[in-house]
Amino acid sequence: MTTTDPTLARPGVDVHTRILGIETSCDETAAAVVVGGRVVRSSVVSSQVDIHARFGGVVPEIASRAHVDLLTPVIAEALVEAGVDGSELDAVAATYGPGLVGALLVGVSTAKALALVWGVPFVAVNHLEAHLYAALLEDPTLELPIVVLLVSGGHTMLIEMEGHGRYRMLGSTIDDAAGEAFDKVGRYLGLGYPGGPAIDRIALEGDPIAIRFPRAMLAEGLDFSFSGLKTSVVNHVRKHPEASTADVAASFQEAVVDVLVTKARRAARQIGAKGLVLGGGVAANSLLRERFLSACVEDGIHGSLPSRALCTDNAAMVAAAAWWRLGTDGPSPLDTGADPNLRLPLLP
Amino acid sequence: MLILGLESATAQVGCAIGGHEGVLASSHSARGKRHAENLIPAVEFVCHQARIELSEISCVAVDNGPGLFTGLRVGVASGKAIAQALRVPMIAVSSLDLLAFPLRFTDRRIAAVIDARRSEVFWAFYRQVPGGIQRLSEPTIGTPDELAAELLAQPGETILAGDGAIRYAEELSARPGIELAGGDHAYPSARSLVQLAHAKALREDWIRPQEVQLLYLRRPDAEINWSMREGA
Ligand SMILES: [Zn+2]
Repeated sequence: MTTTDPTLARPGVDVHTRILGIETSCDETAAAVVVGGRVVRSSVVSSQVDIHARFGGVVPEIASRAHVDLLTPVIAEALVEAGVDGSELDAVAATYGPGLVGALLVGVSTAKALALVWGVPFVAVNHLEAHLYAALLEDPTLELPIVVLLVSGGHTMLIEMEGHGRYRMLGSTIDDAAGEAFDKVGRYLGLGYPGGPAIDRIALEGDPIAIRFPRAMLAEGLDFSFSGLKTSVVNHVRKHPEASTADVAASFQEAVVDVLVTKARRAARQIGAKGLVLGGGVAANSLLRERFLSACVEDGIHGSLPSRALCTDNAAMVAAAAWWRLGTDGPSPLDTGADPNLRLPLLP
Repeated sequence: MLILGLESATAQVGCAIGGHEGVLASSHSARGKRHAENLIPAVEFVCHQARIELSEISCVAVDNGPGLFTGLRVGVASGKAIAQALRVPMIAVSSLDLLAFPLRFTDRRIAAVIDARRSEVFWAFYRQVPGGIQRLSEPTIGTPDELAAELLAQPGETILAGDGAIRYAEELSARPGIELAGGDHAYPSARSLVQLAHAKALREDWIRPQEVQLLYLRRPDAEINWSMREGA
């Protein structure tokens, strides 16, 4: 990736272009300054996880209220940390979907207002596309095409990134997202919310082969299904109330990771990918990280694991994706609203 | 001193610029729920009409509620961002004050009533004082029947303003002497916001962007359900 990249058609967008990114699609209030789509000068994330914990999940109205209160100081901090004045920025970007509509609108409204005052372009960013750019942000040696396994509370998908803005959906979940399964099982086992980190932690003390939970659709295809696994966990605990929670958690995690890694490898093989990348909140799971990397080594493919801070929702990935979008499509109109059901733009 | 006012607490979204010379330009629209889409282009348009650069603005005023949550947040988030970028202070004015203000020349009691959806309304009472209006009660949320009971209990004449008053006109005009102010007074306006904010600005009654508090008057459902479960 250099300034001479043919996909960058827009003059004035180069390695010096400074973009403020804003992310408010769910329960993280985030702002970041990224230079040239690559160099992260600051990335501030204020998580609302504690605010939502007692409700066992993200409450949209509470998230929206918190974004309004938190975004101003988060932006101020991102600018100070980056050592830039707002007037020195070249563009302001925000996630406009998919996500919670009320939450998205706070970020979009803020970004458009800042862009208007500073007289710079506003760039509307697709949250899923932003997750794809998280990997490129940290790993400059990555060569396209890559397969990205995007796993979070809202999404479980395998995406082929053939070029910048050129994506194919290779597979996705037909029911629950992987992160959703972690949350539901975590709640059922009384481990609290969010379920992912709690299961990750307790699974260290459990036996991952104690219970053989089903791996749905493991043998073929690239789609996922996790609702049956959750039901199996519930049935098992009902039948064996004496079963150790750590064993159940470890065995459940083993089943999820097994399916995710098997399908990611299959997808990479199928399209002849040069790299395999992990993204989304579930990418913070330590077993998934470990298995993912050893699978890449085994298959002789370049494996890329963004840092935990870049896997979960953040604004650096928004600013990075915005740099490419600004270069290819130019600014977004100021009458852009939020699109809670926005999809990834796919190749025909 | 120039004030930029952003108002988006109801079905209407608006923007106005003004100062000592009154309101210089304004824009209001009330079609569809397009607050986020319309507001920033309206700011651009109003600045252009008033021949003013945003950098000349010395204060940003917002309507901080009560009203429709999503609309309010669009206005307040935009206002905070503009104030933050310009490094200027803000002024927050209640939507109910904005509804009552254009009726300041009446000697009747004024009831500002905003539709809160879910069969509820937000309201507050006002009366005329030299140079403006005075709020007689704290902003409240309740059913139209609760407001009607309060209106019945009060002696004297009352004029009702706001989309809540229009929607529940039948329930609220329960006795002679209670009258609806008419369609011009359905929504709080950005023009009133700039006028009221100007009076506050003269008193240096302003706040920093991070100090703007939204007046929701209704807790999120999840919190209500939670405290019911906890018996709180
Ligand atoms: Zn995400």
